Amino acid sequence: MSVLLDVQNVTKRFGGVVANEEVSLTVKRGEIAGLIGPNGSGKTTLFGSIAGAHAVDGGDILFEGRSIRHLRSAPIARRGLLRTYQQTRIYDDMTCTENMAISAREAQGGLLSLLRPVPRATNARAGDLLGFVGLYEKRDDRAGSLSFGQQKLLEFAMALMNEPKLLLLDEPTAGINPTLINGLIDRLRRANTELGVTLLVIEHNMRVIMNLAHRITCLAHGRVLAEGVPEEVRNDKRVLDAYLGVA
Amino acid sequence: MSRISDWYIMGAIALAGLAGPLLLPGLATQIAFLWLMVVFALTWDMLGGRMGYNSFGNIVFFGIGCYAAAVVQRDAGLPYFEALALGLLAGAVCAVLAAVVFGAAMLGIRGHYFAIGTLGLGIAAGEVAAGWDYVGAGSGMALPLYPGELGQRELFFCYSLFALAAICFLCCRAVYATRFGLALNAIRDDHDKADAMGLRTTPIKIFAWALSAFFLALSGGLAANMIGFIDPRDVAFAGATFGVWMVLMAILGGKGTLWGPVLGAFVFHVTQELFWTWLLGWQRVALGLLIVIIVVFFPQGIMGWLAERRARAEAGT
Amino acid sequence: MLDNLSLFVQYPPLAFDVVLNGLLIGAIFALAAYGMALVWGVLNIVNVVQGELVVLGGYVTFVAVQWGMPPLLGLPLSAAAMFCVGWLIYRAVIFRVVDRDIFISILATFGLSILIQQLANALFGSDVRTVDADLGSVHLFDGMVTLAGIKLLAFALALGAGGALWFFLRKARLGQAIRATAQDPRAARILGIDTDRVFAMTYALNAALCGAAGSLAVMAWTIHPYLGLPYTVRSFMVVVVAGVGNVAGVIAAGLGLGALENVAGFVFGVEFQIAFVFALMVIILVWRNAMATRKRSHLE
Repeated sequence: MSVLLDVQNVTKRFGGVVANEEVSLTVKRGEIAGLIGPNGSGKTTLFGSIAGAHAVDGGDILFEGRSIRHLRSAPIARRGLLRTYQQTRIYDDMTCTENMAISAREAQGGLLSLLRPVPRATNARAGDLLGFVGLYEKRDDRAGSLSFGQQKLLEFAMALMNEPKLLLLDEPTAGINPTLINGLIDRLRRANTELGVTLLVIEHNMRVIMNLAHRITCLAHGRVLAEGVPEEVRNDKRVLDAYLGVA
Repeated sequence: MSRISDWYIMGAIALAGLAGPLLLPGLATQIAFLWLMVVFALTWDMLGGRMGYNSFGNIVFFGIGCYAAAVVQRDAGLPYFEALALGLLAGAVCAVLAAVVFGAAMLGIRGHYFAIGTLGLGIAAGEVAAGWDYVGAGSGMALPLYPGELGQRELFFCYSLFALAAICFLCCRAVYATRFGLALNAIRDDHDKADAMGLRTTPIKIFAWALSAFFLALSGGLAANMIGFIDPRDVAFAGATFGVWMVLMAILGGKGTLWGPVLGAFVFHVTQELFWTWLLGWQRVALGLLIVIIVVFFPQGIMGWLAERRARAEAGT
Repeated sequence: MLDNLSLFVQYPPLAFDVVLNGLLIGAIFALAAYGMALVWGVLNIVNVVQGELVVLGGYVTFVAVQWGMPPLLGLPLSAAAMFCVGWLIYRAVIFRVVDRDIFISILATFGLSILIQQLANALFGSDVRTVDADLGSVHLFDGMVTLAGIKLLAFALALGAGGALWFFLRKARLGQAIRATAQDPRAARILGIDTDRVFAMTYALNAALCGAAGSLAVMAWTIHPYLGLPYTVRSFMVVVVAGVGNVAGVIAAGLGLGALENVAGFVFGVEFQIAFVFALMVIILVWRNAMATRKRSHLE
């Protein structure tokens, strides 16, 4: 498998606080990679650095072999790298279908291509994907009126609508009804296998991530603590210590 | 509003717009101002309501339209209607260029910084015009006299502004039905998310401002000719009247809806025509009070209020 | 324009005069800006009616002097009167918009600004007003540089008031409550601080600062009903440059703005001075945005 995302020694400081220090990790094409670590270990900051939300202070980020370190979020998204947010972000005052339609890949085009109605095929695909996450019944509802968990699913569907090569998911199961988590894991897997989307997932729920990910990286205090297949990471004493607060 | 009733309303308004000035020739000027208000509210709402960029400076484009027409009509040496057409064209071109330049510089600014920044832009433009001798400085500019017979002038501008308002409305209606309309809403609801989803937000925002500048400049050229005289601070760059009314009408009718700004313009203008004269010297005091009351107690506007009522009725049954 | 510029080079004392007078006026801007920073930081609203509070403060002194009061007593009177006006405005309007969308508070205070501007116009007329504080002038360099005594006093008082406020926010109990509320209103409420009262006091205090600034403005300079918005924009500019919650920065930026504006008024001509103020603000906002987005990062 070829390397899709290559994060090389990325350092990010906020004022005097070092959020990420010399973090390196790779994501291979077609896999589901996990990113874990205690609260405040710099996972979301790393997502921000990769997806272009803020400048990084050192290191480089390669996507498909090309540096995206100096790109902003929009051109990065157009190259096929998307992220979702921990505090779900959707377009509140638009319907679910509209949220989906404006997330389609062709909406990233220039002005002239935007000055046309939404193609029938796009709406059909939006309906399919809303069905995929179980929101088809809600397709004409205002997105802001959905529950938190439903908004999270909508955001996931919007990302899929964009047909990304790599999708960064920030805690996809947080705030989701526990009885629905297994269904969600199944959908993440199907997105990976059937739709061919490579995933990098931040997750706090150990059961979920051990089940889902092919490989896991663990951050602590802004540094990479351990990485490997789930069993290795689970049995790594340093990871346990980090979570229990010994390190 | 369903599609069918949409067409009925548009037909009724078109009929009223065509027949009104003929039936009530004495009110032609007031009706012309009504169409001007409709253009104001619709163009403001394109940014404020649809895109979430609350501009206090859209009056700049109206003023550019006024002055471009006045200068061309003064200097071109053409007969009245040719000069007017050329002046309108010049105004539209200048305003669109200005919107592109200001937009590239200012549409990256968010939230209240944008609101206050555009407020500054509007006032700076008025002050510059008031100090610039080429455009008559503080004493303003007079426009050439309309060549037709007595009474024809009012009808001409009434129908021109009606046509402009109708085209502006249909243009908004068409544009909002495209992906571009959705993109505007996406920028309003969560700009960072729209960026993160790869939308080309900068050209989208600039185009929206340029489109509203285009219609505002045309309305400026026509209004300047209708009024016959432009004062830099009280007509062309009249931030304290026209500039504020734009915002107020759109909010009163309902921000971000198709019919809201039209409705707001109707209600505001009719109220103003009926009651303003009674207030003698206190109109502007009343305007300030009206802004505070509408913004504080009625920010959802008429359309928003209707939608709430309908939702409540549905929940009740 | 270039002629005026070359005058500066040929007669350094003239340049000195223009800059120094600008700095002194700038102290008044700093005072109003400090109030705006306070309200912005604590209530999280941009108070567009700020300039009208300044102008109204000026009219209080003007009217008091017409009734035979010594001009300098107008200063505490203006501050006290505007404190009450500020309290009333908060109770009538501001408290309803405090935690709503920022555009609502901007538009509401903008409406208030039109209201007060037009009321002032109706009550006091549109004439330019000034009050002679009768403090004489100081002449330097054989009379080439003239500094009115009231401007020097205004400068000292503005700095003094800024200092007093700084001390108040740090040492007094209410000042500490204000700072706590500014940092986290919810936490302050949990700790038993009556945030509504803190908001009201902050807003009234801001109005008092504006009143003092207006009183100094009518003595050192002039006022008329339509000068409000320029003061609002000056305050806004100063706060944007200095940052909310930076007393020394606000004073420095206020003085700098005063000097810059006076020089610009001299170079471009007085008729363009207001245009300069507003254009400068636009330029500052554009520049600030360009700097912040230069390296990928976005502003809040």
